[in-house]
Amino acid sequence: MSRNISETRDVILEIENVNYTYYDDYDNHVEALQNINLSVRRGEFLSIIGSSGCGKTTLLRLIAGLDKPETGKLTLNGQQISGPDPQRGYVFQQGGLFQWMTVEKNIATGLKTRRVYRQNKELVAHFIELVGLKGFEKSYPHQISGGMAQRAAIARALINNPEVLLLDEPMGALDSFTRADIQDKLLELHRENKTTMILVTHDVDEAIYLSDRIVIMTPRPGRISEIMEVNLLHPRHRGSTEFLHIRRSILEKLHLASAMPQPEYII
Amino acid sequence: MRNLTEILPSTPLPEVAEEKQLRNRTKIITAGQWWFNFALTLVGFAVAIAANIFVKQVANVEIKTYTVAGFNLTFNTLYRLVTGAVILLYMAIGIFSYFDPDRRAKFTGRAPFRFVMGLVLAAWDISGTKLLLLPQPFFPGPARILEPFLIEADFILENILYSLRLFFVGFSLSVILGIGTGILIGWFSRVYYWFYPVLKMTGVIPAVAWMPFALTLFPTPFMAAVFLIVICGWFSIASLTAQGIQSTPKSQLEVARTLGAKTLYLVCHVAIPQAMPQIFTGISNATGFAFTTLVMAEMMGQPGGLGYYINLSKVWSAYYKVFASILVMAILFSLIMKIIGLIRARVLRWQKGWVKE
Ligand SMILES: Nc1ncnc2c1ncn2[C@@H]1O[C@H](COP(=O)(O)OP(=O)(O)OP(=O)(O)O)[C@@H](O)[C@H]1O
Ligand SMILES: [Mg+2]
Repeated sequence: MSRNISETRDVILEIENVNYTYYDDYDNHVEALQNINLSVRRGEFLSIIGSSGCGKTTLLRLIAGLDKPETGKLTLNGQQISGPDPQRGYVFQQGGLFQWMTVEKNIATGLKTRRVYRQNKELVAHFIELVGLKGFEKSYPHQISGGMAQRAAIARALINNPEVLLLDEPMGALDSFTRADIQDKLLELHRENKTTMILVTHDVDEAIYLSDRIVIMTPRPGRISEIMEVNLLHPRHRGSTEFLHIRRSILEKLHLASAMPQPEYII
Repeated sequence: MRNLTEILPSTPLPEVAEEKQLRNRTKIITAGQWWFNFALTLVGFAVAIAANIFVKQVANVEIKTYTVAGFNLTFNTLYRLVTGAVILLYMAIGIFSYFDPDRRAKFTGRAPFRFVMGLVLAAWDISGTKLLLLPQPFFPGPARILEPFLIEADFILENILYSLRLFFVGFSLSVILGIGTGILIGWFSRVYYWFYPVLKMTGVIPAVAWMPFALTLFPTPFMAAVFLIVICGWFSIASLTAQGIQSTPKSQLEVARTLGAKTLYLVCHVAIPQAMPQIFTGISNATGFAFTTLVMAEMMGQPGGLGYYINLSKVWSAYYKVFASILVMAILFSLIMKIIGLIRARVLRWQKGWVKE
């Protein structure tokens, strides 16, 4: 299935002129995001890659509504984002399962907060099955592996059937087998539910394998340096010529980006 | 006011934690070792019984015979029965422990202590009742301490029930109020600003200091005592609950908010559960304070209760009754601590294997 997306395609999330700076108590500040402009299309799979500390998590937090931009605005379906909402699912970088709840209860959280648990109990089992955690329903988070916890966190966000799913390096802690497995699961979900996916990752291969577009960010201050379209058919093959071609050009750009002289280091 | 200073509280009762430590370092106990320790446990108490039976009553102590439920009993026979029951109990526990390595280690680990306990009972019995070597009437023998249960079992039971009622009413109120206000103080910064200083200042005052007010303000002495217990438990529970709520990791709240949680859910299902360990620390501390306050309140103007019984007996120099009351307290309060420990283990079972115990 080709995803030849034209520019006129429906925009779900619009990010305009967004700046974000962290201040601390000692008058230091870190300019985490500078002049970010990005239109996310409905139903697309978008990846954000960039070196550590370039503001990827910060950007996701703004989209999730956990922080407010210093200047600029973010709109979802034309409405300004003013706070968190289950419509924008968020899988945190550190998973963040509730330690006092079993896997099952963790996954059911979204149903309970929206008071629809009673009608949708069977969804919990469905999502547990989906992420391959059958048999661990009654385990507590410290009793399962890091990868399992990450999968539980993904299921917990998915159960709300969000319009946009924000994934902050959800596969960082996983081995390559599980990782490939979850990647395919994500693609499947993406295809079936038409969920818009925004994935933060360090892994160039992963980004190419999954995404319709890849946003490359540069650090200090965090900026978007390039947005690349990936016009490959699914299923993609990591060894194909086109794949490797795209891979090379992304790595070049990332390398270039980090090799650029940065004002902070000029004495 | 003299007896107030005499019995000022030392420290609240220790938590049930030491039991866990014993369990953790499980040693492998062979069947032979188990048998030895099993025998050791029983021999100690058997010696206590033998001493009571075979050592002659030298000193002049009046040994009355009471008829209870058709049986003729003296305090000596009651003492033998009770010690015999203890032996049976330890036999049962010992046999039960045989089949589980953890329990076996725990049981044998304590055997020497139990053995010595039996010997101490025997020595105390001989010096306290048989020979009257200890200063009388302050230190009656262990058998003699059981005499009040023959004389006035009904009256003691009445006082036990009074104490229990007082404790449960006062303590449950202090838990409810303490957790309630603790949550408000911990969650809402405005409430924290206005009420935390009040909590901090009133919290350091020993509850019995409010006694004069309590007695005049409340229509019945029972309510006055409830008030004192509530005051003393409330501070400890409220401040620890507030601390627990305040230490909720921001990230956990953020996770919940992205899942659609509103304030009520955040408080009830995120802040409170993760504060539970601290809340229980507050509750355990409060239990100790509550026992102290309870007994003191009873000794200073209650129409019943174990403290009242102590006071009443002291007037007649019936120190064996004072000891009887203390014995009941020891058993009762340990049981209450044990129950709270079990509830805690149940509520915090998600922590098992996650935190260092
Ligand atoms: N709470 C904070 N207070 C102060 N500075 C912060 C805070 N969070 C992030 N920063 C700074 O903002 C910058 C961007 O951080 P961010 O977490 O968005 O990076 P990231 O791209 O997600 O990195 P990584 O790939 O390592 O997760 C970093 O330089 C970091 O030092
Ligand atoms: Mg990050």
